[in-house]
Amino acid sequence: MARIVGIDLGTTNSLVAYMDKGTPRVISARHERAMVPSVVALTDNGLIVGDPAKEHLTRNPERTVYSVKRFMGKSLADVQGELAYFPYTLTEKGGVIRIQLGEKSYSPPQISAMILKELKLRAEAFLGESITKAVITVPAYFNDSQRQATKDAGMIAGLEVLRIINEPTAASLAYGLQEKTQGTIAVYDLGGGTFDISILKLKNGIFEVLATNGDTHLGGDDFDQLIADLLLKDIRAQHGLDLSTHPDHMQTVRLQAEHAKIRLSDELKTIVSLDLPDGQGRFTRELTRDQLEGLCSPLVERSLGPCRLALKDSGLSPTDIDEVVLVGGSTRMPLVRQRVQALFGKEPHCDLNPDEVVALGAAVQADILSGGTTDMLLLDVTPLSLGIETMGGVMSSLIRRNTTIPASAKEMFTTYVDGQTGVDIHILQGERELAKDNRSLARFRLKVPPLPAGVPRIEVTFLIDANGILNVMAKDMRTGETQSIEVKPSYGLSDQEVERMIEDSFKFAADDVSARKVIEARLDAGALITTTEKSLADGGHLVSAEEVAKIRTALSALASAKEGTDPRAIRGRMADLEQAAKGLTVAMLDDSLKQGLQGKKISDVT
Amino acid sequence: MNGHTHNTDDRRELQMARSMCWHCQSEMAGEYFCDRCVKVQPVSKDLDYFTCFGLPRRLAIDTKVLEAKFYELSRAFHPDFYQNKSNEERSISLGNSAMLNTAYRTLRDPIQRAEYLLDLEAGAVKDIRTSPPADLFEEILELQETLDEFRESDRSSEHASTLRAKLHTDRTNLEERQRDMEARLQQLFVRWDALQDRGEATEQARTERTLILKDMRDILSNRTYVKNIVNDLVATIA
Ligand SMILES: Nc1ncnc2c1ncn2[C@@H]1O[C@H](COP(=O)(O)OP(=O)(O)OP(=O)(O)O)[C@@H](O)[C@H]1O
Ligand SMILES: [Mg+2]
Repeated sequence: MARIVGIDLGTTNSLVAYMDKGTPRVISARHERAMVPSVVALTDNGLIVGDPAKEHLTRNPERTVYSVKRFMGKSLADVQGELAYFPYTLTEKGGVIRIQLGEKSYSPPQISAMILKELKLRAEAFLGESITKAVITVPAYFNDSQRQATKDAGMIAGLEVLRIINEPTAASLAYGLQEKTQGTIAVYDLGGGTFDISILKLKNGIFEVLATNGDTHLGGDDFDQLIADLLLKDIRAQHGLDLSTHPDHMQTVRLQAEHAKIRLSDELKTIVSLDLPDGQGRFTRELTRDQLEGLCSPLVERSLGPCRLALKDSGLSPTDIDEVVLVGGSTRMPLVRQRVQALFGKEPHCDLNPDEVVALGAAVQADILSGGTTDMLLLDVTPLSLGIETMGGVMSSLIRRNTTIPASAKEMFTTYVDGQTGVDIHILQGERELAKDNRSLARFRLKVPPLPAGVPRIEVTFLIDANGILNVMAKDMRTGETQSIEVKPSYGLSDQEVERMIEDSFKFAADDVSARKVIEARLDAGALITTTEKSLADGGHLVSAEEVAKIRTALSALASAKEGTDPRAIRGRMADLEQAAKGLTVAMLDDSLKQGLQGKKISDVT
Repeated sequence: MNGHTHNTDDRRELQMARSMCWHCQSEMAGEYFCDRCVKVQPVSKDLDYFTCFGLPRRLAIDTKVLEAKFYELSRAFHPDFYQNKSNEERSISLGNSAMLNTAYRTLRDPIQRAEYLLDLEAGAVKDIRTSPPADLFEEILELQETLDEFRESDRSSEHASTLRAKLHTDRTNLEERQRDMEARLQQLFVRWDALQDRGEATEQARTERTLILKDMRDILSNRTYVKNIVNDLVATIA
């Protein structure tokens, strides 16, 4: 069976991992780290992803998308409150958010697909084979629309998503594999954008989730925002400047806020400083860990509510928990550790790298699916209750939250009026009493044969599969006929839209590949220019003036080629420059050898 | 005929009903997998949860045994292990897993287990009470009034705090009642199990069986009623 990779599609960082003879490993591109920032930027040469795109956050904020995971499976109304914080433009089409990038607009699954494609390419380059199947992780507290959107993203990226698994449970798989742990564990996962808590029982290779809870809108991004707000207020007070009209500076503030936050995990105080627009000087202030904790403490406190609920739902008290595992970059904050330790009354574990553990777990699940690992089995739960709207706008629960998946419920429907030919069904997800307070998942119309009222008997089966995604089937009990149901998602792409996006992505794939080649060529050219200039400075005196002039001409030819969009031209000028500088390179090598023979250290020479 | 043998008879009937393997059409002897082609078989819709776990219809269950069997069957049915199989097998795996999860959830909880057993033996309990049980009639009527009054009161007033204190006492009392009922249920469970174990087919045994089931039904439905009232109360004063 073809290889299946495991992918952690994070709010801030994404990773891909694979199983290497029983050990999960993350994949990094040559000379790069394994983490790919979940950032997509539109440049003059097309779309770019990851670290190079991250550089555009401040240079080109309106065309650089970050934290797109926050918009997966959402409508514009859902995110109204935070629109002001994002420098890129959001619109809506058919209940799905669109992100404007230049001329075109993209749905969140399309942007996520670009990140997935980058991971796919990395995995293909590393493993030397084509990758078409993946397990992708989502926050445990993601609802049906958000899961479906993630699955769509995979399809658009050309990946068959064999399983969507929950991030904290993925982490527990990586942990369980490593430690052969038994007992009850709590996984506390605080990342860039989301928070999850899962309580699991580990026994003889079975990972049974007892309860899960969380907040899909709580993470490091929110801490950064609080710090940024503080800095902006200070800048206004000290310099009378309102930076909110300068998107590029807003991004700088946000990034500086994040860096300061990260430094304060190790230090007790730090200096934040940044250039103000239009040469209006520099802003500097000190930030202490105490101040940071004062700001963030209400948010950290907010994560403890879901922890208590999860304990309650699993019928356990904190003392029943044998181990607490920390996942996600934000759990590096000392305040988070303290609060978690206080709640559970024991020191949390963080033996595995909290950035990688989710991707590693996804690789383990991928291996289970491909039949490699056979002794482990994950029994996860659905995080939210599923129900339908009944008379009076009340939600009637069919599958309760924290029910082990796959889970199914059957409901019999009939008619109230003679000859009625349809019954409208509105599917909801959530814990509230009234339909309108819960998440609308989908609506569909059940076809009913025209008969006297109460005679038709249509049995509808609601099945939540192992991905936590809903499937609906209907059966006419009188005829035994099954009915295929076209479910229109309330906040998602229709099958046709996904199809079209897949086609588009093939069409643009060619553009993408060439854009990638330009970018790589430019990066390489940049590196060659830097080293050649350094050689000229250090060893220019070793060759003739004529030769130096030749090198300089080749240098400027490369520099102008680098501004263009033809990767072949760039590579060609690079070869020219290497040729022109050959004499210089040889002369420098000779020189250093000579110096070495004279007993001098090379380090003194260079 | 006592419950126990009745049980095994049932099972035989069920296996007769789906005696052919969906795949190789050979006669089915195995429980969940065809003996000949080893393909997974759909669990019959009529298979009761006790039989599914290989347990007698008793109300005291060793939860360790139940869990071990649940894990064993999960390993047999879970979709994770059917990724490379045919569409039919994958859909059977999905259906069987969903059924297994429901069965486990039902039998794991003593109250749900009893409700389920009652349903099997004597039809559903689910006709939820709408009026208070006779012995609680006065008490509950009064409580409803207090609740209404509290809902309409100004929460910061002195009157509201008097009402709140009263509701707290009511809550404690009702919870006490609930525990009472659970203790009585527990006794009935023991009697039921003893009757099953004796396996007598006398007239007297049959009468006792009917009585136990009737008492169980009454207490279970009263308990649900009281539990709902308590939930409502807790939500109101929270
Ligand atoms: N040393 C540190 N101290 C505090 N915060 C940190 C530290 N290191 C990383 N972070 C924060 O962790 C977050 C990123 O964590 P992570 O990579 O686990 O998130 P993610 O997986 O992308 O997001 P999510 O799981 O929510 O989708 C960022 O907000 C980052 O600022
Ligand atoms: Mg994460």
